[in-house]
Amino acid sequence: MDIVSLARFQFAMTTVFHFFFVPFTIGTGLVVAIMESMYVHTNNPSYKKMTKFWGNIFMLSFAVGVVTGLIQEFQFGMNWSDYSRFMGDIFGAPLAFEALLSFFIESTFIGLWVFTWDRIKKGLHLFFMWMIVFGTMTSALWILTANSFMQHPVGFTVRNGRAEMVDFGALLSNPQLIFEYAHVMLIAILTGATIITGLAAFQLLKKRALSDENKLIYHKTMRVGLTLMLIFSLGAIVAGDMQMQYLIKEQPMKFAATEAVYKTTKSPAPWTVVGIADTKTHQVKGKVEIPGVLSVLSYHKLSGSVEGMEEINAQLEKKYGTHIDGQKMNYYVPVNTLFWSFRVMCGFGALLFLVSIVGLVMTRKSKPTLYNHRWMLWVLAILTFSPFLANTAGWFITEFGRMPWTVYGLFTVAQSVSPNVSVASLLTSNIVYFVLFTVLAIILIALIVRFLRNDPVEWDEAQADKKATDPFAKGAF
Amino acid sequence: MSFLQILWFILIGVLFAGFFFLDGFDYGVGMAVGTLAHNEGERTQLIRSIGPVWDGNEVWLITAGGAMFASFPYWYATLFSGYYLILLLILVSLILRGVSFEFRAKSSDSKKPIWDRIMAWSSFFAPFLFGVMFISMIKGMPIDAAGNIHAHFFDYFNWFSIVGGIALALLTYLHGLNYITLKTKGPISERSQNYAQALYWVLYVGEVVFALLLLFQTDFLAVHPIATLVCLVLIVGFSVWAHVSTFKNKQGQAFTASGLTLIALVALIFCGLFPRVMISSISSKFDLMIQSASSSNYTLIVMTIATVILVPCVLAYTVWAYWIFRKRIAMPRVGEANY
Repeated sequence: MDIVSLARFQFAMTTVFHFFFVPFTIGTGLVVAIMESMYVHTNNPSYKKMTKFWGNIFMLSFAVGVVTGLIQEFQFGMNWSDYSRFMGDIFGAPLAFEALLSFFIESTFIGLWVFTWDRIKKGLHLFFMWMIVFGTMTSALWILTANSFMQHPVGFTVRNGRAEMVDFGALLSNPQLIFEYAHVMLIAILTGATIITGLAAFQLLKKRALSDENKLIYHKTMRVGLTLMLIFSLGAIVAGDMQMQYLIKEQPMKFAATEAVYKTTKSPAPWTVVGIADTKTHQVKGKVEIPGVLSVLSYHKLSGSVEGMEEINAQLEKKYGTHIDGQKMNYYVPVNTLFWSFRVMCGFGALLFLVSIVGLVMTRKSKPTLYNHRWMLWVLAILTFSPFLANTAGWFITEFGRMPWTVYGLFTVAQSVSPNVSVASLLTSNIVYFVLFTVLAIILIALIVRFLRNDPVEWDEAQADKKATDPFAKGAF
Repeated sequence: MSFLQILWFILIGVLFAGFFFLDGFDYGVGMAVGTLAHNEGERTQLIRSIGPVWDGNEVWLITAGGAMFASFPYWYATLFSGYYLILLLILVSLILRGVSFEFRAKSSDSKKPIWDRIMAWSSFFAPFLFGVMFISMIKGMPIDAAGNIHAHFFDYFNWFSIVGGIALALLTYLHGLNYITLKTKGPISERSQNYAQALYWVLYVGEVVFALLLLFQTDFLAVHPIATLVCLVLIVGFSVWAHVSTFKNKQGQAFTASGLTLIALVALIFCGLFPRVMISSISSKFDLMIQSASSSNYTLIVMTIATVILVPCVLAYTVWAYWIFRKRIAMPRVGEANY
C-alpha cells in the first residue's frame, strides 16, 4: 500500500459519506421549508405537524452532514498538503466565503428555528427556515466553485510554483460551475423529495390504524414529494444532458469513458447499452449495441461520430507529455467505473421521473388510489435509498473521470499527496473513519427508524404535553 | 510584509480567539454535563443552555481553518499535515461531540447516559488537543527546508504541551462554569459558581507553571519581551478578575473575564509567533514566515472585501440570536426529552 492509494481511498470514503448527507439535507430542508410555507399560508394546523415531523429527519441529516464536513476541510491539509500549497491561492477564497456566508447562516438559523416554535411570529419562524435553505444552497455553490476549477481551471496564472488567482469573477462564471451547480442543486432537491416521499410510504405501509389527520398528513406529504420529484428529476435529466454536451468538448476522455468508446466510432455512432471493457485489449465484451443512438445522445442529431479514448489519449500525451516528474503517464480513466456509474445514475434518474408521474396520477384528487395499492407504496419506499446510489455514481464519473489530475492539466494526483505523512498514519485514519462512519450510519438509521414509530399527530401531542406540565415552561425558553 | 499579510495574520488570530471564546464555553458546558450535573434534568438543562448556539460557535473554527487555507496556504499545509494524528483525534472528538446533541435528543432514555458520557469526554479532548497542538507549535517543530514536519511522539507530547493542553481544557471548563452560572437558574447555577471559585486556585498553579515553561522553552521572551510579558500579565489578571467576580456574584463579569483570559492566551501565541507563522526547531532558516507563507495579493484583496461586507452581518445576526435566547434556562420536568 502506498500513500497515494490510501489518501485516495480516504478521500473517496469521506466525501462519499459526506455527500450522502449534503443533498439529503439540502433537499429535505427545502421540502420542510415548503411545508412550513403551506402552514403559514393556510394556517392549517395539520401542516404545522407535518413540518415539525419531517423537520426531525432533516435535523438528523444536518447533524451528520456538518460533522462529516469538518473532515473535508481538514483533510486537504492533512493528506494533500502539496495540493494545498499549489491550490491554496484559488481554493481558499471560495472556502472562506462558504464559511462566512453559508456556514454561519445555516448553523445560527437552525438553532433559532429549532428552539423558537410557538415563541415568535409564524412569519419570522418561516424566515429562519428559508435562511437555512439559503445557507445550505449557497454552501454548495462555493465548494463547487473550487471543484469546478479543478475540473476546468480558469482565471488563474501559474506563478511562484502554484496556481494564483487573477480573476475571481472568472471562477464564478466558469461554465463547468454553471452546469455542475445546476445539476447538484436539482438532484439535491430530488433526493430530499424522494426520501420524504419514501418515508411517508413506509409509514403508510405499517400495519397500524392511522387517524384521519395522520393519513391526511402523509397523503399531503406524498403529493408535495411526488410533485417535487417530477419537476426536479426532469430538471436533473435536462441539466445532466447539457453537462454531457459540454463534456464532449471540454473533457472528451471522461465522455468517451462513460460510453466505453475506445476507437473513434463511425457516423452515425452505435450506442453500447451494456458491456464490460477490457482495459488491456481495448475491447468491450458482451456488448449490446443499438445503431445510431449514440449520435442522438451526444449531439441530438442522427449523424456524427464520437471520438475514442485511444485517439484522445494520443492527443493528451502530445499536449501534456508522456512523462510527468519522471513518471510514465497515460491519460486513460477507469473505464468500467465510469461506464457503469453513468448507467446507474441515469437509470435511477429516469426511474424516479417515471415513478413520480405514475405516483402523481395515482394520487390525483378525483381518484386517489395509490394509498390502497401496497405495491406502489413499496416501490416508493424502496426508492428512498436510490438517491444515495445515484448521487455517488454521479461523483464517481466526475472525479474518476478527471484522472490522473487533481487540477486538470496542471497538477497530478501523485504530486498532490502529503510527502511527510506515513503509511501507518494514513492506514490508522482510514480505519478510524471507516469504523466511525459505520457506527454513525447504524445509529442514524436506528434513530430514524425509532423516530418513525411515531406519527405526526401523536408526536406533536406528546411534545405539547411535556411542555404543559413543565412548571418552568416560560423560563425554559 | 505587506499590510494585507499582517492584517490576515491578525484576522486568523481573531478567528481563533473568537473560536476559543465562544466554543470554549460550549466545551466547558459539555464537560460539566459529566461532572457538574447531578441528574437527568440538570444534564438536559445544561445542554439546553448551549443547544441553540453551539453549532454557530463551532463555525468560528471552520472559518479559522478556511481562512488559514485561503490566506496562508503554506502554513495550513505544514500545520495540518504535520499534526496528522492530533488533528485526527480532534476530528473524532468534534464529530462525536457534534452528533451527541442531536442523537441524545432522539435516543431512548436508557441510551442517553452513553451520549452524555461521549459529550463530556469529547468536550475535554477537543480543547486539550488544541492546547497540545498550539503549545508544541510555539515551542518549535522539526520543519525541514521543504516546509514539511517530520516529527516524533515527543515533539507533540512533552511537558510544556501537556501543561498547555490541560491549562486550555481547564480554562474552557471554567469559562463554561461561568456561563452556566450566568445562563441557568436553580441549584446548578450556584453549584457551578462554587466549582469555579475552588478551581481557580488550581488554574493559578497551572498558569505559573505554564509561564515558566514558556519563558524557558520558547524564544518569545527574547523575540518580543514586552508583548509576551504583557500578555502573561493579562492572562493572570483576567483570571483573578474572573475569580473575584465569582465571589462577588458578578456573573456577567466573571464570564467576560474568563473569555478574555482565553483571548489573551491566543494573543500571547500570535504575538510571540510574529513575524513567523511556524517555528522550525531545526533551523531558523526553515521558519515559515508571514511574508512567504501567504496567498497572493489579489486573493487577499478578494478576501478582505468579502470579510468587510460579510463579517458585520454575521456578527449582527449572531448577537441577535443570543439576544433571542437571552433568558436563563430552568430545569425541565424530569422525563422531558426533546430539548
